[in-house]
Amino acid sequence: MSWARFFRRRRWDEERARELQSYLEMETDENVARGLSPEAARDAARRKLGEPLRIREEIYRMNTVGIVDAFAQDLRYGLRILRLNPGFAAVAILSLALGVGANSAIFQLLNAVRIRTLPVKDPSELVEVRIADRKGAVGRFNGRFPQLTNPLWEAVRDKAEGFSDLAAWGTSRFDLSDGGEARYAEGIWVSGGFFPTLGVRPAAGRLLGLDDDVRGCASPGVVIGHSFWQREFGGDPAAVGRRLRLDGHLFPIVGVSAPGFFGVEVGRSFDVAVPLCAEPIISGVSGDLDRRDWWFLTVLGRIKPDWTATRVTAQLASLSPGILQDTVSPRFSPDDVKKYLAFSLAAFPAGTGVSSLRRNYERPLWILLAMTTLVLLIACANLANLMLARASAREREIAVRLAIGASRGRIVRQLMAESLLLAGAGAAAGGLLARWLSTSLVAFLSSESNRLFVDLQMDWRVLAFTSGLAVLTCVLFGLAPAVRATHVAPAAAMKSGGRGVTSSRERFGLRRGLVVAQMALSLVLVVGALLFVGTLRNLLTVDPGFRPDDLLVASMDLRRAGVPEGQRVAAKKDIVDALARLPGVTAAAHVDVLPISGSGWNQTILVGGVAQKDFPQLNRVSPGYFKTMGTPFVAGRDFEETDTGSSVTVAIVNETFARTYLGGGDPLRQAFQIQEPPGAPRPQYQVVGVVKDTKYYNLREPFKPIAYLAAAQETQPDEYLQVVMRTAAPSATAPAVTRTVAGVHPLVALTFDTMSSQLRRTVQSEALMATLTGSFGVLAGVIAAIGLYGVMSYLVARRRNEIGIRMALGADRAAVVKMVLRESGMLLAAGIVVGAVLAVGAARTASALLFGLTPGDPITFAKAVAGLAAVAALASYLPAARAARIDPTLALREE
Amino acid sequence: MPKKGNPPLQGELLQGTLDLLILKTLALGPAHGHTIAHVIERRSDAVLQVEHGSLYPALHRLEDREWIASFWGTSENNRRARYYRLTPAGRKRLVEQESRWDDLVRAIDRVLRPAPEER
Repeated sequence: MSWARFFRRRRWDEERARELQSYLEMETDENVARGLSPEAARDAARRKLGEPLRIREEIYRMNTVGIVDAFAQDLRYGLRILRLNPGFAAVAILSLALGVGANSAIFQLLNAVRIRTLPVKDPSELVEVRIADRKGAVGRFNGRFPQLTNPLWEAVRDKAEGFSDLAAWGTSRFDLSDGGEARYAEGIWVSGGFFPTLGVRPAAGRLLGLDDDVRGCASPGVVIGHSFWQREFGGDPAAVGRRLRLDGHLFPIVGVSAPGFFGVEVGRSFDVAVPLCAEPIISGVSGDLDRRDWWFLTVLGRIKPDWTATRVTAQLASLSPGILQDTVSPRFSPDDVKKYLAFSLAAFPAGTGVSSLRRNYERPLWILLAMTTLVLLIACANLANLMLARASAREREIAVRLAIGASRGRIVRQLMAESLLLAGAGAAAGGLLARWLSTSLVAFLSSESNRLFVDLQMDWRVLAFTSGLAVLTCVLFGLAPAVRATHVAPAAAMKSGGRGVTSSRERFGLRRGLVVAQMALSLVLVVGALLFVGTLRNLLTVDPGFRPDDLLVASMDLRRAGVPEGQRVAAKKDIVDALARLPGVTAAAHVDVLPISGSGWNQTILVGGVAQKDFPQLNRVSPGYFKTMGTPFVAGRDFEETDTGSSVTVAIVNETFARTYLGGGDPLRQAFQIQEPPGAPRPQYQVVGVVKDTKYYNLREPFKPIAYLAAAQETQPDEYLQVVMRTAAPSATAPAVTRTVAGVHPLVALTFDTMSSQLRRTVQSEALMATLTGSFGVLAGVIAAIGLYGVMSYLVARRRNEIGIRMALGADRAAVVKMVLRESGMLLAAGIVVGAVLAVGAARTASALLFGLTPGDPITFAKAVAGLAAVAALASYLPAARAARIDPTLALREE
Repeated sequence: MPKKGNPPLQGELLQGTLDLLILKTLALGPAHGHTIAHVIERRSDAVLQVEHGSLYPALHRLEDREWIASFWGTSENNRRARYYRLTPAGRKRLVEQESRWDDLVRAIDRVLRPAPEER
């Protein structure tokens, strides 16, 4: 048997018919030649040949794959049945599509950020070289993955063995504008070996090589990303050779990287890659690349075929002491040096790249995947229930077929074909839904200042996952009803014919069990949803210690203004003062570290000459900061115009700082020092004020000790300025701010943000969890309610006679309602008991994501139970009311 | 539902034999079904009286195994007819089948007419 023949068997059969016909003609010819009459000749030929139809049938069957043929038949039959019940088919497909769609969407995201390897040459050979445990490292940290310093990278590059290629890269952003409001491009610093190591091809021009990254380079070329090329240059090949302005300096574009290559960070797409040697040109400071305490690089290597990651790590470990000894920073304190020398370099697999998106969202995504699986299970349980109801409606038909000799397997196969059609259609619709959902999720998480890029291409994993779900759901909701349907004793089924007899408990058992399972799983989802919604609410209502509304933040880059270090304090003060005078601005102040922005500054302090353990958080602000933020003073005064570089150094501390470090006596009489590198001056900071506690890094943390220093007393001011303004109309004020700043210094680059949008971003993952789990909870509740309603209606319909008899014997309507409600109440109670146990276990796995709630929060559980009970009551009240309306005389006459 | 399966072939025993006879007939040159049926009948002195129709499933099976190939042609008396010819694989198969048949015949012969035992 060949497949080609199988698919062409109809034509084949015609061929055979002609062949047989030709035999008959020849035989008839011969018979006539032998002297028979034409009729007799034809009859004799027929006799000789045998029955043509039987021969053709035999050959036809030889061309058939029995199972496939029967299966196609079953599918056609299933399709016919479904077409007869479009309502049922629509509900089934819709609920499956929602379940499968949600699952696939979450899986697509997980696949993109966690599972899939980088789109580069042989990603499995890639490792990341970094310090195994970098805790205790001090210095300046820049970018999203500050693993190594440039001197460390150069030492690794020169000494490490076992690598065929090594490269370093770091994240940055570059201002594309030539003054005024800044427009940032996502940038990466790359060493010359970056593109060769990854084996990326150019889409136009050429990529950077080792020759492009030579210390002291004068006008190095840069490479732009494919999507940036499309966005900024419309994909024009003439872009290669043009010059690109980055932070005010012009660099020639030498090439465009291949489409699909987004860099090494999953979740972002780089716009421009700049060789490391250009760093002095862009920062305007020479010698930073030699700074041994500036952490901003990540090192990637490709392992030689005959080496392993373990061997490379062992080799790196043996090299570490020497490399570290050679790169100790003079700025380290003796304590820092001790910690630094204890570090050890190691190689870690890096085939899936690095990702801050993964860091933040991997756990939430796994939890979401678990929750969507529950939704799908509930949908399957619901469908199984519907299928059972349909199968029992067809009991008689099935009994007849069994009685006349159909095999049980044949009937199960036929019922399964129907399920397979539903599952297939549901999964197909779900797959489409998933694409839309996952793109919307990425769009939800992405913002102008935090541009995300997630490659959501379909790959075999996503396809396998979705089709796996289809098969799984089909088995889950189709198999049990199908098998159950064939377990009828034909005689009994045909005798009862669906009338009069109340079916045995055993036959209802499965349906009751399914409803209990739905209720239990729904409770888990509702509890989860309430926990995440509660977490979001707690975060949004937690008191950060300042009033976040109506705050506009302007970040300025003064590098191009070229203000000498000695005049920076005054220049910054001029800008702040000018902004404070703007109409609509009620207060404005300089602030180095904006609260809840995620950035921070901490250092060891000395009180009475004694170094204190743990670091307090530090900040530098100008007079009026606390008024601008709305943080009240507890004692003392604000910074004043008289606190200058020549007066006594002063500080304001928060309550926790005062309690932690200035324990005894009045904090206003005390002072502290900040631990500076050996040799640097260590002024005493006189505490002049105490303010209320505020959150520093994020909203979840407990209040930390914070000390505020005066902006006017800064001894080494940098070229960046951040101003926070209180204004009723933040967005309307921004253009005025740009104009005002340009009036003071024309070349200052600005970016704007509002405190409230920054707060929203910090609770973004919580908002996502609350929204998604909330919708899953509602969905689960609705599906479970439909399931309960279906079963209760079915029970009432089945017990019509019984209820009629009860009413005829004197039961009143209330008693009938009570009877039905008691029945559903028992199902609900069983579901809640099982669900509560499951929910407690499930919630515990998510406890790290909760805020202000324990996983077993009793109020949350009570709310979930109450909500589910209300839905269940509604779902069973309708059938109960219908039962109460049964007219006993009618119900009994039907018998 | 009736049990599935091939309806009893006429002379189930003959199935393998019929294949051999067809291959042998075609070894002389291409022929159509009618000719093959008559050649077999004539050569066997009409001992092998098979229904000619049962030849066709056998032809189909042999073609399926690629021991014979078919083409449409015109018969001696100008009728369209489907001709069959032996493929190289079929020729090999024929040689094998023939020697196996010889073995079988010898074996059966020894059972039916044992040589007198020697004392």
